[in-house]
Amino acid sequence: MALADKTAAELQELIHTKEMTISEMAEQAFNRIEELDSKVDAFLALDKEGAMEQAAQLDNTPLDERGPLFGLPIGVKDNIVTEGIETTASSRILTGFNPIYNATVVEKLKKDGMVIVGKLNMDEFAMGSSNENSYYKNTKNPWNLETVPGGSSGGSAAAVAAGEVPFTLGSDTGGSIRQPAAFCGVVGMKPTYGRVSRFGLIAYASSLDQIGPITRTVKDNALLLNTIAGYDDKDSTSANVEVPDFAAALTGDIKGMRIGVPKEYFAEGVGEAAKQAVRDALKVLEEKGATWEEISLPHSKYALSTYYLIASSEASSNLSRFDGIRYGYRTEKAGNLLEFYMNTRSEGFGDEVKRRIMLGTYALSSGYYDAYYKKAQKVRTLIKQDFDKAFEEYDVIIGPTTPTPAFKIGEKIDDPLTMYANDILTIPVNLAGVPAISVPCGFDNGLPLGLQIIGKYFDEETVYRVADVFEQATDFHKKTPQVWEGAAK
Amino acid sequence: MAKITKEEVIEVAHLARLAITDEEAVHFAEQLEAITNAMELLNELDTENVEPTTHVLEMVNVLREDKSIPGLDRELVLKNVKEHEAGQIKVPTILD
Repeated sequence: MALADKTAAELQELIHTKEMTISEMAEQAFNRIEELDSKVDAFLALDKEGAMEQAAQLDNTPLDERGPLFGLPIGVKDNIVTEGIETTASSRILTGFNPIYNATVVEKLKKDGMVIVGKLNMDEFAMGSSNENSYYKNTKNPWNLETVPGGSSGGSAAAVAAGEVPFTLGSDTGGSIRQPAAFCGVVGMKPTYGRVSRFGLIAYASSLDQIGPITRTVKDNALLLNTIAGYDDKDSTSANVEVPDFAAALTGDIKGMRIGVPKEYFAEGVGEAAKQAVRDALKVLEEKGATWEEISLPHSKYALSTYYLIASSEASSNLSRFDGIRYGYRTEKAGNLLEFYMNTRSEGFGDEVKRRIMLGTYALSSGYYDAYYKKAQKVRTLIKQDFDKAFEEYDVIIGPTTPTPAFKIGEKIDDPLTMYANDILTIPVNLAGVPAISVPCGFDNGLPLGLQIIGKYFDEETVYRVADVFEQATDFHKKTPQVWEGAAK
Repeated sequence: MAKITKEEVIEVAHLARLAITDEEAVHFAEQLEAITNAMELLNELDTENVEPTTHVLEMVNVLREDKSIPGLDRELVLKNVKEHEAGQIKVPTILD
């Protein structure tokens, strides 16, 4: 009985026909994790006891009271707080932190009967593009264990790619869902900013962060967004807008749809394989009745600098709350309170986090505020206007998710600027706040490539519809990594 | 091109409440200089008449009635505190 390659509907069918109970399904997920996670290192914490207890209770719920994801196992990125399960954001400074409440999204998973199996590794405080910035361990890409899974939701993407769990949650500040989804050959969605509550998400850059689903198929992704989306009065940036049924948007019809393809997303620095895979994808979509034209998002080249100034500035503010007083790691070496703060933070934060805190503190300091922070916020307006203008004429914008497939572990870690450039195609989306998905669209030397589909504000429906049509017409999502072979299913 | 000195890094680190060694300060100065230089690219753009975007959505102020509501349970909050006594969090000496 293979669970790893089944969709939500197929898993549900197993439960409904009583071939398997929810408890048995959870048990199998843990078996698979036990077998594969020593290779992939996707999980930081498992909650077998809690999950099995929850599964046993769910087994008693009558069939007609169960939604489409009822009883199915899910993993959660470790920057989303879970009551009773250690939550560290992969940082030493949160070692031993055991939240006393759940993030809103976690409450929603539980309400819909999903079984939370554990917490997934990430770059420390979601800062990184490779998962090499975790204090605890490096997650590996299931397609090639010598390469990175991407970041910062690398654990979330790798766990789905390895078939450990069919669903995970990630968070995306500059591409942190889409980039690892592309590297791991899975489906990752960053919803419109404000679509999903950020209450209980450990903040990195508050005006950019957004929680979203990572899955094997587009439909499963839409179902999971159905579960987590919606207004939340605990999050002052949550959007009070209607939530449609995203899964119902998968009509298979994209006739007459207009696609814009930014020439800047095919610039120098973007690999030929990534470009070719997108050209091939556009042919597929053309055959299904869509049309495409080359467009320009002229401020794209400024997105990276804009992002790092804004994100680091917000990070320096958000991370000031970690002082060792109320939770997490505490230094042993402190004579007075100032030393206590400084030593705790220096011992607790890793290099990348310190680098961004310092960049942000510098950019916000008097004398530099106008030149850096305010300037970046103004350029952000120009980037947003690029998208506004394009969406007057086009339904979606399409390009590669990343310039290249996954790179080798250790290859870029000492060169922050090169590492940052890896998110160049995903970052503009966060600055504008629009939704975007990455779906598998090809391979380069055996490593997956991602197709990025960007939509209008709160129009995840169209994004999903296009993604689903592409998925149905291709079989990239059906391929499985080598690590699957011989593993328990 | 901004030149970032070791002294500036030490000052910024102090503001950010990070203890760093001289060696780290030199290293961070080089990296921050490279990063801020890359960011000078933004100066190509004339943004004189552009409004800054701090949030992509229209933000509205949320008000509620001014009445007290119970906060987090003290026992629960103290669960994550390393050192506490009589319901209070212990910290090192503030005044010498």
